Amino acid sequence: MGKKWLTYPYHIWMALFTVIPLALIVFFAFTSPTGEFTLTAMQRVVDPIYLGVFWHSIYLAGLSTILCFLIGYPMAMILVGTKLKYRSMLVLMIVIPMWMNFLLRTYAWMTLLERKGLINIILTSLHLPVVNILYTDYAVVLGMVYNFLPFMILPIYSVLMKMDKNLIEAAEDLGASRWQAFIKITFPLSLPGVYAGILMVFMPAVTTFVISRLLGGGQYTLIGNLIEEQFLAVGDWNFGSALSVFMLVLILLSLGFMSRYEKENEGGMFF
Amino acid sequence: MNKIVKFLMISALCLVIGVMLVGCGGEKTVQRELKVYNWGDYIDPVVLEDFEKETGIHVVYDTFATNEDMYVKVKSGGSDYDVVIPSDYMIKRMINEGLLEKIDFSKVPNYKNVDAKFKNLPFDSQNEYSVPYMWGTVGIVYNKKMVTDPVDSWSILWNEKYKKQILMLDSPRDSIGITLKMLGYSLNTSDPEQLKQAKEKLIEQKPLVLAYVVDEVKDKMIAGEAAMAVVWSGDAMFIKDKNPDIEYAIPQEGTNLWFDSIVIPKGAKHKAEAEEFINYLARPEVSQKNAEYIGYATPLPKAQAQLAESIQTDLAAYPSDEILKNTEVFDDLAKNIAAYDRVWTEIKAAR
Amino acid sequence: MNLIKKLYAGSIYLFLYAPIVVLIVFSFNDSKSRGSWDGFTLRWYAELFHNSEILNALYYTISIAVLASLLATIIGTVAALAIYYHMKPFQKNIVMNLTYLPVLNPDIVTGISLMLLFIFVKFELGFFSLLLAHIVFNVPYVVLAVLPKLKQFNHSLYEAALDLGATPRVAFRKIVFPEIMPGIITGLLFAFTLSIDDFVISFFTTGSGVNNLSILIYSMARRGIHPTINALSTLLFGAVLLLLLIVNKRITKTEMN
Repeated sequence: MGKKWLTYPYHIWMALFTVIPLALIVFFAFTSPTGEFTLTAMQRVVDPIYLGVFWHSIYLAGLSTILCFLIGYPMAMILVGTKLKYRSMLVLMIVIPMWMNFLLRTYAWMTLLERKGLINIILTSLHLPVVNILYTDYAVVLGMVYNFLPFMILPIYSVLMKMDKNLIEAAEDLGASRWQAFIKITFPLSLPGVYAGILMVFMPAVTTFVISRLLGGGQYTLIGNLIEEQFLAVGDWNFGSALSVFMLVLILLSLGFMSRYEKENEGGMFF
Repeated sequence: MNKIVKFLMISALCLVIGVMLVGCGGEKTVQRELKVYNWGDYIDPVVLEDFEKETGIHVVYDTFATNEDMYVKVKSGGSDYDVVIPSDYMIKRMINEGLLEKIDFSKVPNYKNVDAKFKNLPFDSQNEYSVPYMWGTVGIVYNKKMVTDPVDSWSILWNEKYKKQILMLDSPRDSIGITLKMLGYSLNTSDPEQLKQAKEKLIEQKPLVLAYVVDEVKDKMIAGEAAMAVVWSGDAMFIKDKNPDIEYAIPQEGTNLWFDSIVIPKGAKHKAEAEEFINYLARPEVSQKNAEYIGYATPLPKAQAQLAESIQTDLAAYPSDEILKNTEVFDDLAKNIAAYDRVWTEIKAAR
Repeated sequence: MNLIKKLYAGSIYLFLYAPIVVLIVFSFNDSKSRGSWDGFTLRWYAELFHNSEILNALYYTISIAVLASLLATIIGTVAALAIYYHMKPFQKNIVMNLTYLPVLNPDIVTGISLMLLFIFVKFELGFFSLLLAHIVFNVPYVVLAVLPKLKQFNHSLYEAALDLGATPRVAFRKIVFPEIMPGIITGLLFAFTLSIDDFVISFFTTGSGVNNLSILIYSMARRGIHPTINALSTLLFGAVLLLLLIVNKRITKTEMN
């Protein structure tokens, strides 16, 4: 694969569609509405009230990511273990619900979770106590897990699928228990898939705001919400950009630890 | 897996190419055209069809979700619409920023059908830029079975008795606005002290609020999930229709009077067609169709007179002049909007 | 053990499909509101076929999603190969960080900055700007899905093939490509899923007359989503499921022979 030129199209692509928009945001973040250099917008970001918003967003997204991982990993293993005949169908069935519109699905969750919603109707008919989780953090996390779970399951599944089974058999031949074989062989080998899954769940989850507005009852502002308000309602693109830049740095830093564990140094985080 | 993907990809590709060919096949002859930008589900589709049939003008019809979404697209030059239907304060802002074209009212003779009380509105005081499309008020819908106290003041939204039974609007302008009204101030205030009082009131109210909602409020109130909610009058009509236990009240402290009006953006390429369309919408029978489809109130008395008796006389949809006297229209906050947003963020951040 | 596995998988599918079932049920509700059940009706289905706005949006949604996901998959796979094989660690770091950006940026930021870019270079907003924007936010997901497979791939196999006289091209097609295929498919699925569901970026990068379903649905949010949308979703869901069953049956058959 000596085709060095392969890298050029992507460089151009990124220069056009990633670097230029990024430069635009950074420019806005460090200028005043009249275009002069200023740090005012960045200084406003470190107001405790906004830091609280950052913290809450990252906390909810982090929690959802962990849950997605805990729920998704076993599911990916089960999928790998199914008969070839059904496997691709089962995998596709993980993604298909996501092809229905996001807003519709979230509204449907509201119908399920309401005080007099379907879940409570079923619970009452079974003489079980009702649950009231709509408009709480639980509902928001549930919504996030629901919407991002496929993004955790599929990368892990794709890594597990073509794993060299001989390694595991060899380990078991050498006297390792199934659990030991999993911890020592399977899991470490699946890590690239896990990282990819974490990135694809965590990063969009931080900036989502429709879930918190609908399932959380708009009780608090998340960072995606705040940025959207600045760009649209307030029309303060400078402050909106400053918030985005701060968030980018914050998340790249907080995810930075991950690449330290990646042996080949292809991580892509700042460290 | 491989084969499935190949099969799917090939069939998908065939589909797309097929559809594209069909789409490109019918090269249209040169035709008069009109590009309309409106709220989603905010016109009777029949009206558009009839207009096309009658005039031969082809209508390209797109929709937006909020005034602000629309504003960013129009302002940035990312759109080429000939007719847009924003709300009051946004029209003021667009006039101030020179984003609107003056309407040639000699081409809109049906403007005479608009109720005199809806002319010279504060956001377009000279009647140069806009023609009202729909209007309404903001008030409280409540479930008679759950609310026993009289609903005549905004302060009922602060009543401990209805803890976690109250739905507020997830909209800074509306929620802060009614609080300012309750405190006896203008809902366009720029006085920081008055804003601060409103903020404290809303933070005090937060534990009582079940959720800050937008359109879900209709489903929630119909299903009886909450005792009362702040809503736009048009939505109140819909809720009342579906649940007979619901009543709508406009508190005595006064409220917001709102308008969605038709305007022409600066540089519209089809201004003549736009004026023709505006004139068409101002026909009583057309406005009647829209009012029936949307469920909001029409600003044309002749159209109102054609509606069902029960709606015409419903004070929720068509409040008396006495109530209307005590209302205020949103003004463009301009620079002050940041202060409102800050207040709203602080309310949301309060625990 | 097997039973536990089945139960676990079953509950995951239940979780994923519960809202879809609700959606389907409400497409038959005679009320415009989810708050009340006014009886069974098919009128939303009838209305659907008279609503050219919705059908138009459906056409754009599907053509954009299919084209964008296919193109993004090609670009993303080539990019992943380039990043993996041809970049020095330092360069790799920078490129990967930049690759993540569109995932990390709030949609509103990506949407507005792409819109400004298109307006600035006088690229007319419409079908092609929408398509391009979708490819832009899809590519990182494809890269992220393909890279783990490359890391996992045993490269001595590729070298062995070369040693045995295979040209790099043949070695790539016969050895590397099949190995990273699951990653490519995952990327394709993600790209399609994201494309079909995107609202904010689509809204700002499209032009007059070109709408996708998301734009239509979100713009209904102030007035309440019209039940015809539920009817449409139900039909789409049915069509996808049917297609899946047919394809699966055919594949199984060919494999049996």
